[in-house]
Amino acid sequence: MKIPILYNVRSVLQRPVSTALTALGVALVVAVFIGMLALANGFRAALARTGSDRNVLVLRKGADSELSSGLSREAASILAASLHVAAGADGRPLLSPEVYVLIPLAKRFDTTQVANVVVRGISNQAWSVRSKVQIVEGRKPESGRSEICLGTRIVLRFPNTAIGESLRFAGRDWTVVCHFTAAGSAFESEIWGENEQFMPVFRGQVFQSITFRLRDPAAFEEAKRALQDDKRITVDAHRESTFYVEQSQLLGRILRILAILITSIMAVGAVFGAVNTMYAAVAARAPEIAVLLTLGFHPRSVLASFLIESAIIAGIGGALGCLFALPINGIVTSTTNWASFSEIAFSFRVTPGLLLAGLLFAVVMGVLGGFFPARRAARVPVVQAIR
Amino acid sequence: MKYFPLVLANLGRHKRRTFLTIASVALALFLFASLRTVVTTIGLAAQFGSARRLVVTNATGIVFPLPLSYANRLRAVPGIEAVSWANWFGGRYGDGKRFFANFAVDAESYLAMYPEIVLPPEQRAAWLQDKSSAIIGRRLLDVFGWRLGQNVTLQGTIFAGDWTFTILGVYTPSDAVLNDDMLLFHHALLDERIGRAGIAGWYVVEIDHPDHAAAIAKAIDDLFRNSSAPTKTGTEQAFNASFATMWGNVSLLMNTIGMAVVFAILLVTANAMMMSARERTGEVAVLKTIGFTDRRLFGLVMLEAGFITLTGAALGLGGAKLFYKGTNFNAAGFLPGFDVTGGTLAVGAAIALLLMIASGLFPALRAARLPVVEALRRVE
Repeated sequence: MKIPILYNVRSVLQRPVSTALTALGVALVVAVFIGMLALANGFRAALARTGSDRNVLVLRKGADSELSSGLSREAASILAASLHVAAGADGRPLLSPEVYVLIPLAKRFDTTQVANVVVRGISNQAWSVRSKVQIVEGRKPESGRSEICLGTRIVLRFPNTAIGESLRFAGRDWTVVCHFTAAGSAFESEIWGENEQFMPVFRGQVFQSITFRLRDPAAFEEAKRALQDDKRITVDAHRESTFYVEQSQLLGRILRILAILITSIMAVGAVFGAVNTMYAAVAARAPEIAVLLTLGFHPRSVLASFLIESAIIAGIGGALGCLFALPINGIVTSTTNWASFSEIAFSFRVTPGLLLAGLLFAVVMGVLGGFFPARRAARVPVVQAIR
Repeated sequence: MKYFPLVLANLGRHKRRTFLTIASVALALFLFASLRTVVTTIGLAAQFGSARRLVVTNATGIVFPLPLSYANRLRAVPGIEAVSWANWFGGRYGDGKRFFANFAVDAESYLAMYPEIVLPPEQRAAWLQDKSSAIIGRRLLDVFGWRLGQNVTLQGTIFAGDWTFTILGVYTPSDAVLNDDMLLFHHALLDERIGRAGIAGWYVVEIDHPDHAAAIAKAIDDLFRNSSAPTKTGTEQAFNASFATMWGNVSLLMNTIGMAVVFAILLVTANAMMMSARERTGEVAVLKTIGFTDRRLFGLVMLEAGFITLTGAALGLGGAKLFYKGTNFNAAGFLPGFDVTGGTLAVGAAIALLLMIASGLFPALRAARLPVVEALRRVE
């Protein structure tokens, strides 16, 4: 027969201070756990959303990032003629040969801090190739002019970024004519302008990457083979989505490892706290337990009952931890992605799955911490305890 | 001190609880020390740099090169005593999972510029002689199992192709902040293989006196203002500091977690102390009856709390110091010179004292103020 859970709930309420302290300890661990993974998630999500399955990103063979790549105009025209490139509404190939460089920009709130910001020179087709990109304010830069369009995350963090203002880099002034969003992806941390404008001021007659829309999204492998076998060009073709996910792996992995290391060390401390609390509870209630055993409750039920009690305390802590962690959802932070050397702004992402994982983590801590004390409870020597 | 045995006896009454509480404090302070060391190491890296070295980069951005021809013009600037240059190579070894920095440098002037790179004289001579050779940091011997004299092949990511170097030297940095896992090879080789493009990533110049840094930096930037590649010159320290800021809010993150850790452990210790105090109500009453003053009882409980937190702190902080020293940890090259500083140990010790007060105060006051008669009534 099982001991009613009500018994545990009432017992927990009997010693509010001790319960609260233990639960709070667990709550902090869970909050840090959720917070750190929300950071890792947010970073990963920003890059995972950057690429599209339907697009192919072409780099020079061996280049592991857009920055280190270089492609000639000739390569761009060879690619434009490829059968694998989809055609736009106007019949022209959906392909954007791009200039990709990093420039230092001083931040708005602390001008001594300089971030490396991506400047991407695009062709007019880029707006169609990258369907997630939406202009939210202003108009597209006009061909032949020193005009730029900024990702919304740039606007928040750097000065002189409002529409009509101008940013100075590469020895010229560039007028801001629009702001764009890109579904929270890394593109939102970039400055876009016309490739033909950027070429002469940065690296001369060379593109860094070429992105095109696949005519048949399922034919990526075929397209890749065709491009890499083409003797006229030496390129690597990547599916755009996988390429950006790979760019997140270095830092994403570091963040995850850190999260797990830190929280597991913290968790051991919290479990020790739970162990102490539960042992004290068992010791204080020895006569009660003896009565339960005398009444005919099986020692196994007593064990289960105390495990449940410990899990309840930890569960309360877990729920509190979730509450503590919730407000960080959506907070924008930024860091340098060492894989691309550029600064990316992204938001903490607290997902329902993550909250659930936090709760589960709490309950596991509770059960671990409660096990030995619960076993002790199940083995209370009845006669001695009841005296 | 004569009451120490009594405190020990009290602690020994619940050996398990005492042990677990000390262990939680130790773990928490270990974690705290680790997190704070991340912050101090980044801070130290930001301050690294000789006051007599300036770094000249392309004004458009660090990723843009400068003409190699600038070297001679820089040498002619008054106050500049030596000029060297380097180029980020970005080669990968094997699967590329273990990242390490590799540069093409003007070997002779670079070694002269950086006395921190300590190389045995015969290895130095061998490296300077052989244009296709490289020197590596000591740590790479362990990381990849390389040996002196071995050929290693890197895949170029910026400069395409396979690049094979003979390792003719292993350096040891004299300053721990300097990475001990770099690979340096001859800039002349890079220049030759990329068709004499005549580019350098950045220049490092040595100036005659630190006080002249600002004036010389301005003179350099003025010199190249109207050329094809304007420059941006700053102290080496500012250059390194700009890399440190790229980590973004990492300090805030580490400090926040550190606070959470400390607070979580405060809860555990406070709880343990309160449980002990509650169980000992009768005992305290007896002690009072036989003449222990309130003040003395207060002190006894505090001493007990202090024993727990300070022992925990000694274990946690000492453990962190020894652990990172023993394992020669550097976060896969990202945090060279990772070492728990004296400052961190002091802050950790202060936290332990605070923990002692915060966790002991309430139970100690309770013991001191205990009404004897009432408490004795409950003694069996």
